Amino acid sequence: MIEPIVTFQDVHKSFGNSKVLKGIDLDIRPAEKVAIIGPSGSGKTTIIRMLMTLEEPTSGDIIVNGTNLWKMEKKGRLVRAHEKHLRAVRGDIGMVFQHFNLFPHMTILENCMTAPLHVKKEPKAEVKQRSLEMLDRVGLADKVDQYPSQLSGGQKQRVAMARALVMRPKIMLFDEVTSALDPELVGEVLQVIRDIAKNDDMAMILVTHEMDFALDIADKVLFLDEGVIAEQGSASEVIEHSSNERLQEFLHRFRA
Amino acid sequence: MVLIQAIIEIFPDLTKGLAITITVLIGAAFFGYLFAFIAGLCRLSSKLFLRKFTGLYVEIFRGTSLIVQLFWLYYAIPMLFGIELGSNWWAGVIAISLNYGAYMSEIVRGSILAVAKGQSEAAIALNMSRYQRMRFVILPQAIRMMLPEFGNYSIQMLKATSLVSLIGMEDILYHGNIIRSTNLSQAPIVYLLVLVFYFILALPLIFLTRKMESFSKKGVASG
Repeated sequence: MIEPIVTFQDVHKSFGNSKVLKGIDLDIRPAEKVAIIGPSGSGKTTIIRMLMTLEEPTSGDIIVNGTNLWKMEKKGRLVRAHEKHLRAVRGDIGMVFQHFNLFPHMTILENCMTAPLHVKKEPKAEVKQRSLEMLDRVGLADKVDQYPSQLSGGQKQRVAMARALVMRPKIMLFDEVTSALDPELVGEVLQVIRDIAKNDDMAMILVTHEMDFALDIADKVLFLDEGVIAEQGSASEVIEHSSNERLQEFLHRFRA
Repeated sequence: MVLIQAIIEIFPDLTKGLAITITVLIGAAFFGYLFAFIAGLCRLSSKLFLRKFTGLYVEIFRGTSLIVQLFWLYYAIPMLFGIELGSNWWAGVIAISLNYGAYMSEIVRGSILAVAKGQSEAAIALNMSRYQRMRFVILPQAIRMMLPEFGNYSIQMLKATSLVSLIGMEDILYHGNIIRSTNLSQAPIVYLLVLVFYFILALPLIFLTRKMESFSKKGVASG
């Protein structure tokens, strides 16, 4: 059995009085592709935001590469992790956002180069070459000197993926990356994700509403409902053969 | 003809004050921006004491008169505490910069908060440290938003420099007052020329502010 690269153990999350996640247990293995589906407000995005250290769990443990993400040992006791610990653990994780979040004051190439240069302190020539290769891979070799405002939504999202990939993450998180796109631009972005999924051996977690896409690339599909994982299994098990009523209803609404 | 002759006589006298006005402006602007950044960043600090202390500074200097602050620095503080600021130039520069620094710190704070939250989240996802997030992502965008307001406050600081004539500095207004007191009938023409002087000094700042406005429209993600 391969050791999981990410483990959630009874993770809860509340925002004020509303309980969003009520006990998530989850194992993700290296190179595994996991799709999280479910109604809006079910806490899908919160799961990956906690893994990216953008939200702190209310209780429970998240283990990344064998290290507890949000807690660290101090004088024999587990205490809340500080920034330095978080940075050490999240270095293997990359994320692509629904609204791209490109840096508007930098060119496309600078967007890709800043983090490897200053965070990983890699040599400039190497970073530049890798960034250009990655931008070429997502089909934007001719846009490297432009600014994000000059690109279409689909192009921006492809830059965001190149920017994350240049950091060579072992775990990539995709947060509804096609939800903010015009319908005709969704295809080009999914194509890039499909290419990454087929050719790279990193683990991927996708929060998505693209059911057919999830079915196509995911090794495992999680159906999240009212703060718990209500159903999980291979894509065909969950999407095509599940008897869970809420899931049927959800899928039905989607395909209608 | 009398008018032109008067202008020719008064003009050179007023230019004697030019150096003082300009150096006080430059000093006040430099320290003003510096105080604005320090105070603005302190108000965003996670340390409660730092936030409260800076808040107190901002409210005191915004809530009281600049002339009175100037007199405090120049007359009262040396007498009470024996702290000499060195010269009336320093008293003027420090008073104006503390006062405008307080106002501008709100711009620094507001602009940093106005950079979209997604920007710092993307920076976290690229594993940047708190400092790197500020340095590479937040500040470059926040400064673009600050620039037009900084331009406006620079123009206001220029006008505020005229107060240093009240602590015996020989700036443009001081020389204007001297000419008027020796030749009362020329008051209108003297003060007209003083206005023209300030306006001409303000022109580059006005121009620069416009430039900054168009520059700052580019390259900011907000919302």
